[in-house]
Amino acid sequence: MDAFTTLTGLVAPLDRLNVDTDQIIPKQFLKTIKRTGLREGLFYDWRRRKDGSQDPAFFLNQPRYQQASILLTRDNFGCGSSREHAPWALLDQGFRCVLAPSFADIFYNNCFQNGILPVVLKGSDIQALFDGVATHDGYRLTVDLAAQQVTTPEGTAYHFEIDPFRKDCLYRGLDAIGLTLQHAPQIGEYEHRRRTQAPWLFQDVK
Amino acid sequence: MAAQTLFEKIWNDHVVRAESDGTTLLYIDRHLVHEVTSPQAFEGLTVAGRSPRRPGAALAVPDHNVPTTDRRVAIADPISAKQIQTLEDNCRAFGITFFGMNDIRQGVVHVIGPEQGFTLPGMTIVCGDSHTSTHGAFGALAFGIGTSEVEHVLATQCLVQKRPKTMEVRVDGQLSPRCSAKDVILAIIGKIGTAGGTGYVIEYTGSAIRALSMEGRMTLCNMSIEGGARAGMVAPDDTTFTYLKGRPMAPKGALWDQAVAAWRQLSTDPGAKYDAVVELRAETIAPQVTWGTSPGMVTGVDGTVPDPRTMGDEKLRHATERAIEYMALKPGMPIRDIKIDKVFIGSCTNSRIEDLRLAASFAKGKKVAGSVHAMVVPGSGLVKQQAEQEGLDRIFKESGFEWREAGCSMCLAMNADVLQPGERCASTSNRNFEGRQGAGGRTHLVSPAMAVAAAIEGHFVDIRQWS
Repeated sequence: MDAFTTLTGLVAPLDRLNVDTDQIIPKQFLKTIKRTGLREGLFYDWRRRKDGSQDPAFFLNQPRYQQASILLTRDNFGCGSSREHAPWALLDQGFRCVLAPSFADIFYNNCFQNGILPVVLKGSDIQALFDGVATHDGYRLTVDLAAQQVTTPEGTAYHFEIDPFRKDCLYRGLDAIGLTLQHAPQIGEYEHRRRTQAPWLFQDVK
Repeated sequence: MAAQTLFEKIWNDHVVRAESDGTTLLYIDRHLVHEVTSPQAFEGLTVAGRSPRRPGAALAVPDHNVPTTDRRVAIADPISAKQIQTLEDNCRAFGITFFGMNDIRQGVVHVIGPEQGFTLPGMTIVCGDSHTSTHGAFGALAFGIGTSEVEHVLATQCLVQKRPKTMEVRVDGQLSPRCSAKDVILAIIGKIGTAGGTGYVIEYTGSAIRALSMEGRMTLCNMSIEGGARAGMVAPDDTTFTYLKGRPMAPKGALWDQAVAAWRQLSTDPGAKYDAVVELRAETIAPQVTWGTSPGMVTGVDGTVPDPRTMGDEKLRHATERAIEYMALKPGMPIRDIKIDKVFIGSCTNSRIEDLRLAASFAKGKKVAGSVHAMVVPGSGLVKQQAEQEGLDRIFKESGFEWREAGCSMCLAMNADVLQPGERCASTSNRNFEGRQGAGGRTHLVSPAMAVAAAIEGHFVDIRQWS
């Protein structure tokens, strides 16, 4: 996983509530056995009009947002299915950061597994950023993970909260499984103790 | 010891280590695996040269991609076929028990876990699938995870977690006749919203919940995620133990007695505190129908499509307008006037034997409307077999329903069971998102009884008054 330290990037606005992972990447792209190449499926249905042609009104089809690395959106982003294909597709498109007033739990967690920083800001701050994007071409933000800060071109800084452990893993791009495996002896002790208390939990599935 | 909630008891039993900031290494007892969210996890293990810590704690089954038509015929879609074959290959390579497509025990992952007695009270259970919350019906802590965490659990049998908050959802009283667990959970989501449970584990309590069968409790817990909660649970009781006793993977003999004695301790202590409490009266819950493109866009069958012009919040108004447009409805339109094209009875929400018995009891002696295509997809091969032994398949077929093989089917339409653009479906599944059942398709979530009545009448009817 790539580390996330500081990102200065173009912002793309997706002004919708409750964007679910079926919209982020529809079912037909879940048949892959790979993590890569999912960009084609990102917001597949929303990118298209009813006749199947590309909808120029959708933000991802507009030339000004092609190089965006920061997605700005509304409440409860990433609700629905647990598919990790959603952050994989965002990453494949070039997004490394998502800003929203709130996220669904599983999606929020999946972002951290893939080097994407999900940032929660107050609804009024998110609205100010939407206003910024609407009134400036090429609107860029700087996201500083160490300082837990999002800074606008005008110099306004918004502080965000983040769990210290998640922050550290993302900042250093750590292998989460490797970290847990360092505790293998303690996992073994737990299993030994638990097996005595509740032996039915250790019957192998057959 | 301080009074504890059910959740706290299970959580505390599974802490391997906890850091001072609350970051916890949580032990996972059981892991369900399906074809869609696992291939990249197995690939990750291989690349890193790791192997599963406890392959005997996992159970794998293909369900999302499988055809619900004749299984003797090869899968028409080569990409689906490859994904299913990959699961089988990975299970063989890593020593994980696998129920193949032609195994009678195959079915939707959240149907077969309980059916096999793989799911037990007091366990931590995960799966790369958001509807893993279903297993909380047994008084387990069960939640969906992403593929990276599937790999993490395979490699370590643990997950790094922060303790969630707890929410009690109390439903007291008696449900109206013909109202069911599906109506209860849709009404709860209507009340708390699709993000109302975010950050919480829900415990469902109250006399109306106690009165539910295990099938009903599974329907309830299944849709916790649609209310934003990763997990929902019901404390185990005699209903739970009666359901589990004798299941193939449940403990036997003295071990069973020892387990039941431990499980009887799994209830919230008097005086234990939840972080939030929500209350509903069962009598006030009408049969529910979703009208929009989010499960929280729901109302009673006696209600109407809302009018966005009455909504003060601009973002909510826009979302409502967009949903009504997508669904091709009119503000103020009575729900009962909505005509449907398709009916889907199935999914991890409502495809168990009790659901099918109930659906068949309403279908018996009646005919599906000429304008409607209706299908029944049992949750597992064993549910299908049981239903056929009871003659339910004949009732469905005589009424004009198609009777299919087990799988996720039109709940998410990864296989060939797909809505065409513009088609409108009364579905017993769990998500009414845009395009969920097929690009351009329109989904109304309902209970099995409501779905059958809609199939026969061609539009929604109030099941409480339907003859």
